[in-house]
Amino acid sequence: MDKTLTSKHGPCIAGGLIGLIAVALVHFGNPGNMGFCVACFTRDIAGALGFHRAGIVQYIRPEIPGFILGSFISSLIFREYSPRGGSSPAVRFGLGMFAMLGALVFLGCPWRAYLRVAGGDWNALYGLGGLIVGIFIGIIFLWNGFSLGASESNPKAAGLIMPLIAIALLALLFIAPKFGDNAPVFFSSSGPGSMHAPVLMALGAGLIVGWLAQRSRFCTVGAVRDFLMMGDAYLLKGIISFTLVAFVANYALGTFKPGFESQPVAHTNELWNFLGMVLSGLAFTLAGGCPGRQLIMAGEGDSDAGIFVIGMLTGAAVAHNFSAASSGAGIGAYGIHVTIIGLVFCAFVGLCFRDRG
Amino acid sequence: MSDVITVNASGLSCPQPVMLTKKALANLSSGRVEVLVDTATSRNNVSRYASNKGWKVSTEERDGGYKVILEK
Repeated sequence: MDKTLTSKHGPCIAGGLIGLIAVALVHFGNPGNMGFCVACFTRDIAGALGFHRAGIVQYIRPEIPGFILGSFISSLIFREYSPRGGSSPAVRFGLGMFAMLGALVFLGCPWRAYLRVAGGDWNALYGLGGLIVGIFIGIIFLWNGFSLGASESNPKAAGLIMPLIAIALLALLFIAPKFGDNAPVFFSSSGPGSMHAPVLMALGAGLIVGWLAQRSRFCTVGAVRDFLMMGDAYLLKGIISFTLVAFVANYALGTFKPGFESQPVAHTNELWNFLGMVLSGLAFTLAGGCPGRQLIMAGEGDSDAGIFVIGMLTGAAVAHNFSAASSGAGIGAYGIHVTIIGLVFCAFVGLCFRDRG
Repeated sequence: MSDVITVNASGLSCPQPVMLTKKALANLSSGRVEVLVDTATSRNNVSRYASNKGWKVSTEERDGGYKVILEK
């Protein structure tokens, strides 16, 4: 199996399996078109921990710690665990934060953008268009010498931080302690946060996807980037297979509902669906990979990716505390502001960070 | 004896190792290029790129990563 996953067909096979698992998770309880959404799930975790108080999106999604631990275990088994860090961590924190803010204007990370299309949510086509444009802007910066600098090898123990955080999250999920009146851990009793597949099933899915993505390098942003930059379709086949299999599975299960209106956890504002994902795509490209890939690299011991993930968690809290997150009713009161600030931040980073040569 | 070109892409995020390799191979019809990378992902990406461009690829483990050797 490992030879297959690391072969030229690896991303294609991994993508198909991940697409199938995603639709299955929705079938067993996850919100619509949200089998996997790194942005939404991280946002739910931020809510569960009380970092924001939006009562309908609070739950410790086991898929996220599952991704990290699945990748961690896989990297140990296949001798790819490689603790490293020190490549502009503060900038990566900012990129993670704004990638999340853009994703919550659109209502989904790149993974969910493909899954929304596979479920017939045509609003996501604007998001996908924005994602491609954002990646292309990132490529222009790369062509002009953009680099956040080299990371360095770290002590073996340094790479354990994110897996330990993942284990702590799972402990909070299973023990569900209450740290006081009106204090975390919070679990939504209504809304998307209350909708989830059985805990062990979701955790198992996360672990499997963490392993599949670690071995195959499945990346929803790198796929488009490599194709546009170098004509390399290796990773692109992964997202095509991911989307196609999710579409077929949705169709078979009756969850393919084409249209613009009344789509689950989605709004119909074309411009900000597009621009939110321009911001997200740009931030992910500057950081070197999609949110799932950042989790996978964090599991392999990359603390720069870990910092990016912490930035995403912070971005989720900012999005809800500062009324910037969208909802089914439309964009948040400050969604436009944070998107523009984020684009300015990314342009600043893209212009100011050049390689050593 | 031809010179060996060394490309140090160690520690760089995707897709920079491949970009540096592409730059080193541009206008080079033959020779030996050694690309230093720190992760298996970068090793695979550089190998795939060079192989697609017709270079013979071999890899060696080294302290803190891999050396990808490209020959033509």
